[in-house]
Amino acid sequence: MNWMPAIFRRRKLFDDLSEEMRLHIEERVEQLKAEGKSANEAERQARIAFGNLALAEERSRQVWQWPTMESIRADAILVLRQLRRSPGYALAAVLTLALAIGANAVVFSVMNAIILRPLNVPRAQSLYELQYENQDVANMSYPNYLDLRDRNRSFDGLVAYNISMVGLDTGGSPSSSWMEIASGNYFDALGLQPYLGRFFHTSDEHGPNSAPYIVLSYAYWHTHFQDDRGVVGRAVRLNGHPFTILGVAPPEFNGTLLFFNPDFFAPLVEDPLLVGDDLNARGNQFIFATMGHLKPGITPAQAVADINSIGADLQRTYPKDLGKMAFVLRSPRLYGDYLGRPVRAFMAGLMLLTGLILLAACANLGSLFAARAADRSREVALRLALGSSRKRILRGLFTEAIMISLVGGGVGLSGSVVLLRALSAWQPFPSIPIHLAVNPDAKVYAVAVLLALVSGILFGAVPVRQVLRTNPYEVIKAGSGSRAGKRVSARDVLLVVQIAICGVLVTSSLVAIRGLVRSLHAHFGFEIENTMVASTDLSMSGYSGDRVPAMQKRMIEALEALPGVEAVGLTDALPLAVSGEGDSIVFTDNTSDLRPSNAATDAAIFNISPEYFRAAGTALLSGRSFNWHDDKDSPRVAVVNREFAHKLFGFASDPIGRVFKIRDGSRIQVVGIAEDGKYNSLTEDPVPVMFFPILQSPATSTILIVRSRPGATSVSSLLGAAMRSTLRQLDPGMPLDIETRGKPMDITLFGPRMATASLGVLGMMGALLSITGIFGMAAYSVSKRLRELGIRVALGAQRKELLQAALGRALRLLAIGSAAGLILGILASRVLAFIVYQATPRDPLVLAGVVLAMALLGLVATWIPAQRALSVNPLILLRED
Amino acid sequence: MPLVNKRMTESTTRDLFPGALEMMILESLRRQPAHGYALVQHIQQRSNDLLQVEEGSLYPALQRLLKSKLVKADWGVSSTNRRVRTYQITTAGLRHLEQQISSFERMFEGISLVLDPGKSPAR
Repeated sequence: MNWMPAIFRRRKLFDDLSEEMRLHIEERVEQLKAEGKSANEAERQARIAFGNLALAEERSRQVWQWPTMESIRADAILVLRQLRRSPGYALAAVLTLALAIGANAVVFSVMNAIILRPLNVPRAQSLYELQYENQDVANMSYPNYLDLRDRNRSFDGLVAYNISMVGLDTGGSPSSSWMEIASGNYFDALGLQPYLGRFFHTSDEHGPNSAPYIVLSYAYWHTHFQDDRGVVGRAVRLNGHPFTILGVAPPEFNGTLLFFNPDFFAPLVEDPLLVGDDLNARGNQFIFATMGHLKPGITPAQAVADINSIGADLQRTYPKDLGKMAFVLRSPRLYGDYLGRPVRAFMAGLMLLTGLILLAACANLGSLFAARAADRSREVALRLALGSSRKRILRGLFTEAIMISLVGGGVGLSGSVVLLRALSAWQPFPSIPIHLAVNPDAKVYAVAVLLALVSGILFGAVPVRQVLRTNPYEVIKAGSGSRAGKRVSARDVLLVVQIAICGVLVTSSLVAIRGLVRSLHAHFGFEIENTMVASTDLSMSGYSGDRVPAMQKRMIEALEALPGVEAVGLTDALPLAVSGEGDSIVFTDNTSDLRPSNAATDAAIFNISPEYFRAAGTALLSGRSFNWHDDKDSPRVAVVNREFAHKLFGFASDPIGRVFKIRDGSRIQVVGIAEDGKYNSLTEDPVPVMFFPILQSPATSTILIVRSRPGATSVSSLLGAAMRSTLRQLDPGMPLDIETRGKPMDITLFGPRMATASLGVLGMMGALLSITGIFGMAAYSVSKRLRELGIRVALGAQRKELLQAALGRALRLLAIGSAAGLILGILASRVLAFIVYQATPRDPLVLAGVVLAMALLGLVATWIPAQRALSVNPLILLRED
Repeated sequence: MPLVNKRMTESTTRDLFPGALEMMILESLRRQPAHGYALVQHIQQRSNDLLQVEEGSLYPALQRLLKSKLVKADWGVSSTNRRVRTYQITTAGLRHLEQQISSFERMFEGISLVLDPGKSPAR
C-alpha cells in the first residue's frame, strides 16, 4: 500500500482546496463590490452565499480520508453506546480481564526482574560465574582463586567476593552491617566508576590486612550518612579495627548478587582480620563466588576448557586439599544454579498458571460474548438482511472485544504497577539487606498490551462461526432462537475447560496451603515454643582468643539467672536460619590418605555449649551431651546426629565411642547421638551433622538460645527486654539481635510462603473466574428458556424439576470440569512438592476440600439464576410476544 | 428524509437527491471547463434560480468527482485575470454523465407516472 506518497499528495490536495475556496469568496466579494456594495456588506453576503466554510472544507476533505479509519471510529462509538446500555456486562468483562492481565503483568514483571534483566554492570552479558560442575555452588579458597585468576587466559580479570556480617562503628556503638569482602580488582574488572571518592584497587593490596579501606554502597551512604559528601576519608571501625572510607559506589550498583544489597565493600585481604579466614589454606573454601568478564572473542566453552585445565593441574598438585576442580559457567545474578534453578522452575510454573488464568478469563469472556452475540442474533439478521456485509458485522464484534480487552488490560496494568511498586519497596527481613527491585519496564508494558490484544482477538473469535452461519431469513422467521439445543456447543466446551483450569488452580493452592501448614507443625529437630534467641558476634565488639569463651560462659550464666528461664544454650549457628554454619569433610578412623576423594561424607558443624540440646529442645538419642570439662586439655569429642552415624558407621553397630577424622586430621570420638533435624531448608534430605563443644572448637559467633519454663513468661517481649538489659550489663557496646526462635526461620520459610501465597491468590482468581463463568452460563440459559420454564410451571412442574431443567446442564458441566481439574491438579502438584515441604495431593482433606470448594462455587454461581427460574410467572411470560 | 407532512413554501429549499449536484457539475463542465465560482454562477443561472445551491456544497462534490477521476483540475489564470483552479471533464466523466442522465430520466419518468397516473409517459 503506497500510503506514504498518498499522505504527501493529500496535503497538497487540502492546500489546493483551501486556496480555491478562499479565491471563490474573494471573487464573489469583488463581484458584489462591483455591483456597488460596501466592502463589509459584500464580505457578509459572500459568506452567506457560500454557507458554512468550515463544514464545506471538512466534507471536502472527508472525500479523501480513509473510509476504514472512519468506519472503525464509527464502530467504536457504536460499541461504546452498546456497552453503556449493558454496564453490568461491560464491568464484568473489564474486571475479568483486568484481573487476568494484571496477574500476568505482575508475574512477568517479577520474572523479568529476576531472570531476564541483566545485572547492573557494564557488559553484563559476558559476565560469568564459576560453578562446580557437579554441585550448584562456587566456594573457593583464596590460593585457588589466585591461581585461577593469574593463570587463565580467558577472563578480563577474575574477581572474588564473600559476604559477611561485621560490626560497623561510625562513632557511636557498633551496628551489625553486611559487607561484600571483595578482591582488589573487583570494581576495575567489573568496569565500574565510583559515584564519590575512589574505589580500592589491586595496587592497594600488599598481603593480609594491608588495605583497611571500605567503599560504601550508594543506598547505605544515602540512608546512614544522609548523602554527606564529606564521608570520603572519614575513619570508621570494623569489629573494632580502624578503616577509612574511600568512596561511594554508583547508585545503580547493588553488588553482583541480584537481591542482596550489601551495605559496603571491603578488600578481601582484610578477611583474616574481619572474618578470620586463612588466606593461605588451600582447602579453606571461604570465598562465596568467583566471576569475570570473558575476553572479547572467547566463547564460554573455550573459557571452561582453559579454567578446567588449570583446575586439573591444581588438583594434581594439591591432592590432599582439593576435590574435583571442574567448572561450568553460570550467570552470577542468582548465584548460578543454586538459586537460579529453583527460582526459574518456580517462575516458569507461576507464569504457566497465570497464563492459564488468562486463558480461563478468555474462555469466560468468550462464552459471555457468544451469549451476547446470540442475544443479538435478530439484530445481526436484520443488518444482514438490509445489506450489511458479514465482514462488517464481525468487525464490529472484534472492535468490541478489543476495546474491552484494551481497557481491561489498562486497568490491570495500572493495578499491577501499584502492586509491583509496593513489592519493590518491600524488605522481607529487617536484619538482612535482601530486597528485590521488580519495577515494570517497557518490556512489561509491551507484554501486557500484547496479551490484551491477543485475548481480545481470542474471545472475540468465539462467536465468529455463529455470525457466519446466521441465516437472516431463518432467524427472523423463527423468532428469538428458542431452540434449546441439546448438542454440545463451543460454549459448553469453553466452560468445561475453564472449570478444569480453575480446578487445577484450586487443587494446587489447597495442596500448597496444606503442605505449608503441615510443614510448620512438622518436627524440625528442635522446639520453637517458649524459646528466645539472642545473637551477636563477639569479634564485632573486639573479643578474640581466650576472651571469647570466657565471655560466652559469662553470658550463659547471666541469662540462666533470669527468672523463669529453664535452660540456656549457645551455638555458633542456628538451624533453619541461614546463619551459615561451617562444614568439613569427614573420614573414617582407618583412612590415612586424607584427600577429599576419600572422604566418607561432608558434615555440617555446630559448635555448642553443654546445655544446647536441652535449650534447643533437640532430643539426645543415646550417649551424653558435653560438659565444661570437654576443653582444650581433654581429648576431642563430638555429638553427631543419626544420619551422620548411619553414613559413617552403618546401621548395625553402636556408634558411641567410635572415632572419626576431620579435614585437619584430628581424631574425634563420638560421645552422643542426637536426633536428625532440618538445618537449611524444610525440604532437604537428611543431612549429616556434628556438634563440637565450644571449648574445643571456639567460635566468635554467639547465638544464645533461651528456653523459658512453659507459662513462666508468657510475653516474649518481656523476656527479650530482660535478656537485653542483662547482656548489656556485661558489655554495653555489644550489637545484639534478640528475637523469638521462630523469627529467624522466616527466611527459610520465605520460599514456601511466597509459593503458597501466590498459589492461593491464583486459586482465588481461578475460583472467581469460574463463578462468573458458571453464573454467566446459568443466567443465560435461564433467560433463554424463561418461556419454556413458564410453560412447565403452568403445566404443573415441581420446583425440583424446574431447577433440573434450568440448571441441570450447567451443573453437569461443572461436575465434568471439576473432575478433570482435580485429576490435572493432582498431576501438577507433584511439581509443587519440590518447593513446598510435604505438599502431597494424596490427602483426603485436600481432595475433600477441592470437591467442597467446587460444589460451593457451583452453588454460589447458580444461586441467582435458580431464584430467577423459580420465580417464573407463567402468566406474565405468556402474555409477552 | 420525511416525504410527507412537510409544508412546502417558497423559501423552503429541498435537498437535492444524491448525485444530482455531481450530474449538474459534469453537464456544465461538458459544455466548457470552468472554475468553482463560474460553475455556481452557471448552475444558478441555468436553473433560473430555482435551485438554491449553497456555494460551499459545490466543493465536496467536486472533490468526489476528482477522486473518482471524472474531472481533472489545473491551476491557471482566468479571462478576468484571476488565479483560478479550472476543472475539466475527462472521458470517464463523459461516459459517467451519459449513464447518469439516462438513469435519471428513467427515474424521473417513473416518479411522474406514479404522481400522475392519468398522464401518459412524457415521451
